[in-house]
Amino acid sequence: MTDDRPHLAVIGAGPAGLAATVAAAAHGVHVTLIDSAARAGGQFYRQPAAELNAGRPQALHHQWRTWERLKDALAHHVEAGHVRLLTDHHVWLVERRLNQWLNQRAGDADRNAFTVHALLGPEQETPAEVRADAVLLATGGYEKVLPFPGWTVPGVLTAGGAQAMLKGTLAVSGRTAVVAGTGPLLLPVATGLAAAGVEVAALVESADPKAFVRRTRALAAQPGKVAEGAQYAAQLLRHRVRLLTRHTVVAAHGDERLEAVTVATLDTDGRVRPGTERRIACDTLAVGHGMLPHTDLAETLGCRLDGIDVQVDDEQRTDVPGVWAAGETTGIGGAALSLAEGHIAGRSAAARLNGTEPDPRTWAPAAKSRTKLREFFAALDTVYAPPARWTDLVTDDTVVCRCEEVTGGAVREAVDGLGAGDIRTVKLLTRAGMGWCQGRMCGPAVAGLAGCELTPSRRPFARPVPLGVLARAGEPESEAEPE
Amino acid sequence: MNSPLRLADAHPGPAFTVTLDGRAIEALPGQTVAAALWTAGVTSWRTTRGEGRPRGVFCGIGVCYDCLVTVNSRPNQRACLVPLHPGDTIRTQEGTGHDD
Repeated sequence: MTDDRPHLAVIGAGPAGLAATVAAAAHGVHVTLIDSAARAGGQFYRQPAAELNAGRPQALHHQWRTWERLKDALAHHVEAGHVRLLTDHHVWLVERRLNQWLNQRAGDADRNAFTVHALLGPEQETPAEVRADAVLLATGGYEKVLPFPGWTVPGVLTAGGAQAMLKGTLAVSGRTAVVAGTGPLLLPVATGLAAAGVEVAALVESADPKAFVRRTRALAAQPGKVAEGAQYAAQLLRHRVRLLTRHTVVAAHGDERLEAVTVATLDTDGRVRPGTERRIACDTLAVGHGMLPHTDLAETLGCRLDGIDVQVDDEQRTDVPGVWAAGETTGIGGAALSLAEGHIAGRSAAARLNGTEPDPRTWAPAAKSRTKLREFFAALDTVYAPPARWTDLVTDDTVVCRCEEVTGGAVREAVDGLGAGDIRTVKLLTRAGMGWCQGRMCGPAVAGLAGCELTPSRRPFARPVPLGVLARAGEPESEAEPE
Repeated sequence: MNSPLRLADAHPGPAFTVTLDGRAIEALPGQTVAAALWTAGVTSWRTTRGEGRPRGVFCGIGVCYDCLVTVNSRPNQRACLVPLHPGDTIRTQEGTGHDD
């Protein structure tokens, strides 16, 4: 950075990171916005690759106008030199240097106290570093999928994955899909696939819609969300998508490729009703059971977590000085909540980096929206819970850890035979969670089978790092320059 | 019958050729390995290290590493992230990808 403004590194260019960047840049802070994708937007505003030259990318999105406002504001700040956007940067570690520079600006952050370490491009072998006075973690979340027989057959993928492939590359994996699991994400996935010409044979939701009616207070506070739901319902009807509630997929069939799924009805205890199984032919199963926050960077920085969410105060500050967090990393709650949190975090960081006490009145509308949306998503969480007896579906042959091919039987043996009572012990006894994804996919399943809570994994790095990069770490660094 | 390209009114540049295990397949500019393979009707392109089971895209966003593939003789590339260029060679990856 050429001038003397304080410097904030925002990690993640989804709704929270974009809102934070725009807010902080508008209040006198230099921002480096760092994202792993080729284009800003995150998962929610994921754009088709530029070379695909999409004339109507909004056909796969909603709240497009919000995206356009954010995109325009970002472009304005980039042009004015207040924001540097680093795309294709995969951050693997944020390092905090204690007391290396004396704080010259007051506020919480030490001057240049943070180094963000990233790997460039899809191959992720070349390192890049960014120094900053403070960091704002807007790393979002990823999908939770609970195992069942056949969930490793090609053609079975996460609901968010189906959506990401559709939004980002305009590709679908087959002709006939079933969308299944639980949670609000299933609606845009099913309607998106249907609009793109895929026959959606069924939307299989394990939750009971009647449970919503009992939560009228949270619903009444969010008329926009209710209207959104109604829109999706109308689209499902228009595309003739069969909606099966209180149902679950009990098995996916196929060898080299998915051929069909078996679905069944759930009883009030969340158990499959015997005799209700039926087979639905399909070549794609998009399945998801909710979302999990990405908290690796926060964990390595030493930020306190609340369960699996990064804990923040009213200003979106973590308990580590100079580190803010916003969006789904602080708890799953959708794009609108991420925007509100990002805005508040950006305002707070700007004020504190400029050495002033922030005035919460300046973000009162965002704070109000944050409160209501958190209430709404807390209510949704109780409705959209995976079937209570989902572990019944995990047979001894079912692969639980996809990377290390650890079966349900092996996990049960570790739990029942060897006394493992937590994810880490199961990992040590079975290798579940020791592969490429580092337990991101199997963590919830192992926790469920071990009868314990899902706990943060304390991974030293947020993604695999080539040994050569680690070997060179600590040598004199050069700051990443924009292309 | 709608298609994603038509829905988004996409007008990509001319398709180019890459190979999958020596077989020519068409790819569009901007497509990832996974997108091109899906479009060519291929959904699995690696076998697992232990059981030799087929795998393809699972998470679609670079988290799960299920879609690993060999691209231009480099094994363990995530098909959902890597964009294709004319003449790229894709090979089905067996096991760790380091045995062949």
